Amino acid sequence: MEDVIAATNRIIDKYGANSESLVEILRELNDVGGYLTTEHLAQAAKRLRVPESKVASVASFYSLISLEPMGRHVIRFCQDAPCHVVGGREVWEALEHELGIPFGETTLDGEWSLMTTSCIGACAVGPVMMVDEDIYGNLTPERAREIIARYRTASRQAAQSAERAGFAAQGGQE
Amino acid sequence: MIRSTILVSGDPISLSRGAEETKLAIEAELSFYGLEDEVQVGYTGRVNRTDVLPVVVVYPEGTVYGPVTPRDGSEIVEEHLYKGRVVDHLTVAAEIAAAEIDTLGELSDTLYGQKRIVLRRAGLIDPYSIDDYIAEDGYFALATALTDMTPDDVLQTVKNSNLQGRGGAGFPTGLKWSFVAQQAEPTRYIVCNADESEPGTFKDRLIIEGDPHSVLEGMALSGYAVGAHEGWIYIRGEYVMARDILNRAIAQAEEMNLLGDGILGSDFSFHIHVHAGAGAYICGEETALLNSLEGQRGIPRIRPPYPTVSGFRGMPTVVNNVETLANVAPIVLNGADWFRAIGTNRSPGTKVYTMLGDVNITGLVETPMGTTLREIIDIYGGGVKDGKAFKAAQTGGSSGTIIPADLLDVPMDFASMQEKGAGLGSGALLVCDEDTDIVDLAYVLVRFFMTESCGKCTPCRVGNVQMLESLERLRKGMARRSDLERLEEIADFVQQSSFCGLGQAAPVPILTGLRYFRDEFEARLRA
Ligand SMILES: Cc1cc2nc3c(=O)[nH]c(=O)nc-3n(C[C@H](O)[C@H](O)[C@H](O)COP(=O)(O)O)c2cc1C
Ligand code: FES
Repeated sequence: MEDVIAATNRIIDKYGANSESLVEILRELNDVGGYLTTEHLAQAAKRLRVPESKVASVASFYSLISLEPMGRHVIRFCQDAPCHVVGGREVWEALEHELGIPFGETTLDGEWSLMTTSCIGACAVGPVMMVDEDIYGNLTPERAREIIARYRTASRQAAQSAERAGFAAQGGQE
Repeated sequence: MIRSTILVSGDPISLSRGAEETKLAIEAELSFYGLEDEVQVGYTGRVNRTDVLPVVVVYPEGTVYGPVTPRDGSEIVEEHLYKGRVVDHLTVAAEIAAAEIDTLGELSDTLYGQKRIVLRRAGLIDPYSIDDYIAEDGYFALATALTDMTPDDVLQTVKNSNLQGRGGAGFPTGLKWSFVAQQAEPTRYIVCNADESEPGTFKDRLIIEGDPHSVLEGMALSGYAVGAHEGWIYIRGEYVMARDILNRAIAQAEEMNLLGDGILGSDFSFHIHVHAGAGAYICGEETALLNSLEGQRGIPRIRPPYPTVSGFRGMPTVVNNVETLANVAPIVLNGADWFRAIGTNRSPGTKVYTMLGDVNITGLVETPMGTTLREIIDIYGGGVKDGKAFKAAQTGGSSGTIIPADLLDVPMDFASMQEKGAGLGSGALLVCDEDTDIVDLAYVLVRFFMTESCGKCTPCRVGNVQMLESLERLRKGMARRSDLERLEEIADFVQQSSFCGLGQAAPVPILTGLRYFRDEFEARLRA
């Protein structure tokens, strides 16, 4: 995998080593691994010639930039009024129940983070949540559970086929 | 490499039947199969036969499916795009497909009786094609301005049109431009505010996704009028597809010399850049936006100086909303009188609303200024859902007023709404039926402001937390009368003493909720 310094440099080169692009650089860098470490921030500070404290303060301001590790899948559930009045509260409860964690936390196995988001402009089909980059609308408690189940099945299948591939590779060596 | 394009019909009928959700399902499924970089998805097309809406067309094959539910959309991706097999049971009959699908359908002002200026091409043209835009009068206003009009002619036309900013405050656009044009400093900027984070608002996204060049052309005209050569679009970080569409549109326009150096052989040059945010509601406030554009925390600046004097990089800057800019080319093309003939005397033109909540049809509506809320709900929204009674509406997004049934017949424009102590704001219309719990609604709205407060000033940072706590107690039936009095006091204080518009607006839902629905708050007090 690309290391922190290489990833940081690649994205800085894309936008140009210019402090005006700091917010865009941090956001895109965040998308690479899901969150930023002090190493990312230090490298960005060095390349853009701004104090590390400034980079950290900018990073902490924006909600699409995270300074904490996140689960493999991140759910962002819309908590705003238009989604709320069309049944958001029931879905909110179903999500907490299904994942066994309150909002703001990550499951112990590191699979899921359950976060809220402000309106993402999909309110015509509310209640709405994002799973990673994808938006799911017209949620009901049931549909929310179905969607989570789908991701769970997909990860199980991926794990199994990785295991099979591992066996095959070993078999080939013998 | 793009190998296929999927277009979903985006007309109001399709949208009312869930086209947007179908499109979302298709996008989700594409990324599930890792196809998101190979297949592009957009809105387009209009079908004369409404029984097959919403339709989904897969290019290059030209396969037409309809009507397509979100579940069908997932199936089409899995079968057609992933496995390469046409989903026979979802295709429409060949003769309908051939005769009825017109990707560049004739313009219609009369869909649902809407008057369309800003959205007249959205859903009818391919947003990825500059040729489609040009075929529908695109860049004609810019070409005319550059050949037959002086910058001041353009400025005067916009001034005479009485166009008011659609970002919320309704400030006269021509006047704002003239402030910038008057500055001695020769370096000036045009900034398009596409931050659109007001809950319940997504008009700017759909304008960009449906007709990106209309915004670019408006910016170029604005640049010509005030003598700016550089424009920046600040778009919210979550709008990934809209950003992509804008970047492609800019590249196409530059290729055809409709943007860039010496546009169409004139000596006017104008370059547009796109800058994406990273998630912060406050960045929609123009001075916070400018800070964010410069790579800083999105904290509001002290005004004055206003951006028109000292804005981006300290230079005179026009900041205008997406919808405002999308009105400019039609005004320059058709003249100020044409524009003033639409809407009301004080607020000419149309307004794009997002209608949400307990109505039968949710989505985008563009109608002349002065249309009443009752008309919008009954005609475009298909009435309140399940035949229930209307209780309240919130206009203008989270910071908007909660209004009761008595105000349903106020002609909605900036001035008339203001006279009633209400606002048009971002154009969000959230309709609540008789079952809505107003205390609960106020709680959710205050939670939004608590989350989004930038923390710069104490009244807003602390006040929102305190208001939320009071509402939480009220919601649980634990509040006493003194708590309610305190809630009102804090709300007043936060409104009076916050630094920027965010804090000043945060208490509005509580204060108006209390004004019109006090009995509901009182009913929740502890006996
Ligand atoms: C808290 C806050 C959030 C705002 N958000 C937006 C926004 O998302 N989009 C927008 O165009 N204007 C927003 N505004 C208004 C802008 O400050 C500014 O008035 C507007 O962009 C000017 O454009 P206009 O004259 O075309 O309306 C916001 C204002 C405040 C106080
Ligand atoms: S309020 Fe939930 S997406 Fe807009």
